[in-house]
Amino acid sequence: MYTEKVMDHFFNPRNVGEIDNASGVGEVGNAKCGDIMRIYLDIENDIIKDVKFKTFGCGAAVATSSMATELIKGKSIDNALQLTNKAVTEALDGLPPVKLHCSVLAEQAVRAALSDYYTKLGVDPEPIVGKIVSDIHEHEHHEEHHGCCGGNCGGCSCEH
Amino acid sequence: MENIEKFIYADNAATTPVKKEVLQEMFPYFSQNFGNASAVYSIANNSKVALDNARNQVAKALGAKSTEIYFTSGGSESDNWAIKGTALALKRKANKNHIITTKIEHHAVLHTVEYLEKNGFEVTLLDVDQYGMVNPEDVKNAIRPETAIVSVMFANNEIGTIQPIAEIGKVCREKNVYFHTDAVQAIGAVDINVNELNIDMLSLSGHKFGGPKGIGALFIRQGVVIDNLLHGGGQEKSKRAGTENIPSIVGLGKAIELATENISEKNEKLKAMRDALTKKVLSIEKSRLNGHPENRLPGNANFCFEGIEGEGLLLLLNMFGICASSGSACTSGSLDPSHVLLAIGLPHEIAHGSLRVTFSENNTIEDAEFIGDKVIEVVNRLRAMSPVWDKL
Repeated sequence: MYTEKVMDHFFNPRNVGEIDNASGVGEVGNAKCGDIMRIYLDIENDIIKDVKFKTFGCGAAVATSSMATELIKGKSIDNALQLTNKAVTEALDGLPPVKLHCSVLAEQAVRAALSDYYTKLGVDPEPIVGKIVSDIHEHEHHEEHHGCCGGNCGGCSCEH
Repeated sequence: MENIEKFIYADNAATTPVKKEVLQEMFPYFSQNFGNASAVYSIANNSKVALDNARNQVAKALGAKSTEIYFTSGGSESDNWAIKGTALALKRKANKNHIITTKIEHHAVLHTVEYLEKNGFEVTLLDVDQYGMVNPEDVKNAIRPETAIVSVMFANNEIGTIQPIAEIGKVCREKNVYFHTDAVQAIGAVDINVNELNIDMLSLSGHKFGGPKGIGALFIRQGVVIDNLLHGGGQEKSKRAGTENIPSIVGLGKAIELATENISEKNEKLKAMRDALTKKVLSIEKSRLNGHPENRLPGNANFCFEGIEGEGLLLLLNMFGICASSGSACTSGSLDPSHVLLAIGLPHEIAHGSLRVTFSENNTIEDAEFIGDKVIEVVNRLRAMSPVWDKL
């Protein structure tokens, strides 16, 4: 059900771990729903020098976290802000429809870490980073959009 | 990815390979003795004889009369037929509109009663205790004058708990209510006699005990009032239409005969494997065995590990050549964890981290030990990257 790239990033996840005194840490998800991602950023001169993650979740949750960290490592904050769940999904050669929410979670985890970075600097993060959707299943549970992104992904047939 | 050197199949509650002896008995009925059992010429008679023989084999395994055995396409059809068939018949004939079942049934039962609920029936879903046991007193208290049927599974497919079927059967008989049991997981693991246990209907499925897929049976006690599920031709005494699937029926007959031989001897071997695995796995911090510690299927072990999610566990075990399963949401395509683990009182976050290993006589103690070692390794690996584990 998974592509070779997803399997590769699950079996050999890149950038697993933590960063001491990170510039920003973001955590999204909910153990009740079965996935939580935490991303650590080390930022210098607006460049993401290092990034690490820890994830509780299925194969796709681990693989999307790993890919998201790969896509932003060494990039500018502006670049990282442009990371979309679609880009993460495409970089993994696709995800099964029921797993698309994992890519949304990865995108939101990066944003949550950037949000924390700005907060630490004393800057209001919301105008820059936008609102963080930390529990992307909420909508799903209410609207019974089984097997889709919860209305956030841009990659499914749900109304956004 | 490492090269897979080993292959250990330990998901026998999901399905089993067809036994060689079973396959051999089936072969002649595909191209040689292919006749329609309803016809009058001699090759058709071969089919008729094979059909009768298989019916006798199933009846013998259950302590039933062969006239009480009806072949179906499998466990799901048998469950659907037993429940819809009696509910609809008793509603029409006796104005009964109430069904009792439990929260831990297979979806073949749960979705059937949900459907009937939409069509005017009232459904009572009984709770189970922390081990997944139904209390016969609860069954007794739930029965009303308008109750049409009680359906309680013989043994649970996820956690392996074996229900007090004799007591529940007794309660239903005393209250004069039909008792159906989904025995799909129990055949070959428990000695079953439908008369001693007061069972009125029993579902079984061939592929769970070395028979082919797509074939099952429903035992219907003589005198039970039941509508047809499939309407059409006069097969199965006009109760189940459709040309008989003779090769599979022959396979089912042979498989149930083999599965119900020397049950206690086989169970001893399975229990030894299960206990060897359980001993290793429970050495893991914050792990637990789900289901009843003693009253459980001999080959079933079901665990939860805090701080990890089940699908990752299965993918990594697969890397070591181990086929197991999980009640994990992620494997089923739904986001909710197993309804069975929630019913025994586990919180969502723990229910997500489950693992089910189900052995057969094809497994060995070495398999169990190997799986145990790999589970320890894999759980540690997933916990090392889990932000939830950090906080526990």
